[in-house]
Amino acid sequence: MEDINKIDENLLNEISNVEEIKKGAYNIRKNGKGIERQITENVNIETKKDKPGINIYVKENTKFEFIHIPVIITESGIKDLVYNDFYIGKNANVIIVAGCGIHNEHHKDSEHNGIHRFFLEEGAKVKYIEKHYGEGKGTGKRILNPVTEVELKPGSSLEMESVQIKGVDSTIRQTKGKLEADTNFVVSEKIMTHGKQVAKTEFEVELNGENASTHVTSRSVAVENSKQEFVSKIYGNTKCFAHVECDAIIKDKGTVKAIPEITANNVDANLIHEAAIGKIAGEQLIKLMTLGLTEKEAEEEIINGFLR
Amino acid sequence: MLELKNICFERDNKKILDNINLKIETDKFIAITGPNGSGKSTLAKIIMGIEKPDSGKIIFNNKDITKMPIDKRAKLGIGFAFQQPVKFKGITVYDLLKIASRKEINKIEACNTLSKVGLCAKEYVDREVNSSLSGGELKRIEIATVALRESKLTIFDEPEAGIDLWSFNNLIDVFENMRNIIKGTTIIISHQEKILNIADKIILMRNGKIEQIGDAKEVLENVEAKKECCRLNRQEK
Repeated sequence: MEDINKIDENLLNEISNVEEIKKGAYNIRKNGKGIERQITENVNIETKKDKPGINIYVKENTKFEFIHIPVIITESGIKDLVYNDFYIGKNANVIIVAGCGIHNEHHKDSEHNGIHRFFLEEGAKVKYIEKHYGEGKGTGKRILNPVTEVELKPGSSLEMESVQIKGVDSTIRQTKGKLEADTNFVVSEKIMTHGKQVAKTEFEVELNGENASTHVTSRSVAVENSKQEFVSKIYGNTKCFAHVECDAIIKDKGTVKAIPEITANNVDANLIHEAAIGKIAGEQLIKLMTLGLTEKEAEEEIINGFLR
Repeated sequence: MLELKNICFERDNKKILDNINLKIETDKFIAITGPNGSGKSTLAKIIMGIEKPDSGKIIFNNKDITKMPIDKRAKLGIGFAFQQPVKFKGITVYDLLKIASRKEINKIEACNTLSKVGLCAKEYVDREVNSSLSGGELKRIEIATVALRESKLTIFDEPEAGIDLWSFNNLIDVFENMRNIIKGTTIIISHQEKILNIADKIILMRNGKIEQIGDAKEVLENVEAKKECCRLNRQEK
């Protein structure tokens, strides 16, 4: 990997693991260009011809393969836009790890907008892990705007885990799902913002097929002067089930706004939205202090546990 | 080991603790009992530092700890089991036991502690300490966390509160075995005769004052104390 230096490796390790990446199919994108790729018997990766990005094809009945598609940005002032489409064959079962690490030491803004679309055929099963990370002392902003669109054919399921813990100044995350019969779409999102960071998350899930279900869990922590917004729109168009949970801890002058919108267009749609925002419970701090932690240490333990 | 001198605590013009003076010796099992609102829990919280007295002094092993924060008292060797165990999001039983222990513990040691409080360890060690656990399970985990601290003084604030009778009867075995689990001095606030019976000394409180201190037999033989205890027992059932 001659194009990959120490900073790149650190970034890759923050969002994934260099050793793990090389075990299966992968595509590494650096500063707006694909720099390394490996395909396997069951997973093919092709560069898009009409726009930046890749198409990933997973053969039907593929069992338990890992696919890594990390993006790293180390040049200040880069504005990267990429379209990645995943075509998952019937009954395939894969784990996809994506993510973007930005190292910005300079004053220009670095931005990555990744648009990921997933097309799952009947019975396919995907676990999609997405991790976002920013570092560097520069005044240039680190901006990430991921879009995820999911289309689930009958009997398929997708579990998405997204984590953004450090260093991203501004983010708008959009996740959309269209679910056919007997499908399941699980989203678990963890965000921590500090300083003057701004994060907005939008979910829009259409439950179109009988027995489609979705579970969206968002856990977030907003400290200092950071701001977060969580919007979830769920449309129950048939006999279906949805559970959306937004749980946030605020500290200092951090703010969190949760906007639920659940629409039941069918009498058999069962939709639930829960939102809880508040500071760390005093009794939790006291309990950990009786176990010998200082107030600050107790706070860290509570937040780390909450975001795990 | 512990001395309370002229402790007063008043809220909303009500004297919750009215000039409490008390000496507790090393390695004793002390029960504090008395009617609801007599100031027992407040006294326990004042010893741990969760509440601060309006006046008076707390001396622990010859050190004035009256103004000391909770965590420093914990480090000095005071432990506290909550009446209502605190729930968390994302923190597992193992995490909590690791925090509680003064030394590094592995999962096997954590499981051993859970077994001592009557929990089938493998099922619990990786579970989150949240509302998915029952009142009785949370109580046992709470006891496990204070047991691991090996404090010189451990305070239990009404361990029987908030759990059903069935769970309590199971829990009583744990308390009968308490001397093997908890090292050092134990102060336990309770209405339960079964717990009072195993105490070296019982302190009876009423209206923010200590009404009687004596060995278990002496206080339990005091008709009024016994009546009080039975009445409260009935009330709880």
